[in-house]
Amino acid sequence: MNNRTVEIGVGLFVALGLAALFMLAMQVSNLGTFISPHDSYLLKAAFENIGGLKVRSPVTVSGVRVGRVAAIDYDDEAFEAVVTLRIESRHDGFPQDTSASIFTAGLLGEQYIALEPGGAMDNLVDGDRLQLTQSALVMEQIIGQFLYSTTASKQEE
Amino acid sequence: MLNTLQNLGKATLGFFQRLGRGHLFLLQMFATIPGVLMRPRLVLTQLYTVGVLTLLIILVSGLFVGMVMGLQGYNTLVDFGAEDSLGVMVALSLVRELGPVVAALLFAGRAGSALTAEIGLMKATEQLSGMEMMAVDPVQRVIAPRFLASFISLPLLAAIFSAIGVYGGYFVGVDLLGVDEGAFWAQMQDKVDLHGDVYNGVIKSIVFGFVAGWIALFEGYDAVPTAAGVSRATTRTVVHTSLAVLGLDFVLTALMFGD
Repeated sequence: MNNRTVEIGVGLFVALGLAALFMLAMQVSNLGTFISPHDSYLLKAAFENIGGLKVRSPVTVSGVRVGRVAAIDYDDEAFEAVVTLRIESRHDGFPQDTSASIFTAGLLGEQYIALEPGGAMDNLVDGDRLQLTQSALVMEQIIGQFLYSTTASKQEE
Repeated sequence: MLNTLQNLGKATLGFFQRLGRGHLFLLQMFATIPGVLMRPRLVLTQLYTVGVLTLLIILVSGLFVGMVMGLQGYNTLVDFGAEDSLGVMVALSLVRELGPVVAALLFAGRAGSALTAEIGLMKATEQLSGMEMMAVDPVQRVIAPRFLASFISLPLLAAIFSAIGVYGGYFVGVDLLGVDEGAFWAQMQDKVDLHGDVYNGVIKSIVFGFVAGWIALFEGYDAVPTAAGVSRATTRTVVHTSLAVLGLDFVLTALMFGD
């Protein structure tokens, strides 16, 4: 075992280890889909109920992801949840009357925000607030309404 | 009755004495590290024996662990129609837990036991005292380079284990069982957080590298200098390192992911 073999072996080992770390960072984790603050702008939207929405949940338009939820706060005066959306700068042409809805991916999947562009002439800019929002559907409420309407219709009979 | 009490007291005192010697040994080792950094060749040779020679077992185990995770995960997830989440499951369990922990256990078996046996035998054949006679500090010349080598190797080995495991899961899930390739990677990238998951896994493996190197070298340095003593020390290295790694893993997990 001469010096050269040892050095080549160690070099290979360290290179492989660093490559594995790099692969974990780029390919496995979310670094590849990270949106930098310099390359994005913020929008706000108020919802009555955000259901299971979390920080970093996706924001999509027509099913394409254009951003992520940056922050979720509670407005004590309006009794609403205020969600801050971070949108990539290259998607900056949303009209003023764009609406935001909270949907669920799949039956039990995670929740995301879907934006629906409207028809206004002016575009949304950094810090604007979306006026039209639709809250998350909460399963218990739907079941409650369903039970209520079935009993009500039975009583009418 | 008194004899039992005496034995209990002796065992307790012996335990604390060993614990104290272990910490003094650690301090002694830290004190010599600047001197070792001046001579990186010593560390390089040890990186070869400790790191490069452990690489093969890490690669093979990582691949198979990933493949088993892919298979088991698929069989469970397909019942819920959630086989697209296979990538998330494999990657999260590898990066958070299995990578650092299994790599540390394999490291204790492959490299830690060898370190203890080597140092123990050096002590038994009085090579260490011979060095002291020549005014060479054995801790600086022999122990500290090996400690640094384990400290550097284990995080790299754990990262290699996780990365190859993810590809093992990919091979079984996507190539053999037909999970959608896009969903496999996309869900993984969506759910695995660089700071929360990958960095914490690396921190875990750094801690384990520290502990594994410390225990292996201390057991060797503190071994009874006979054949039986070295053999006992080698066994203790594997047992104590495994226990320490598993126990610390719980503590670290509770600190990192327990919110």
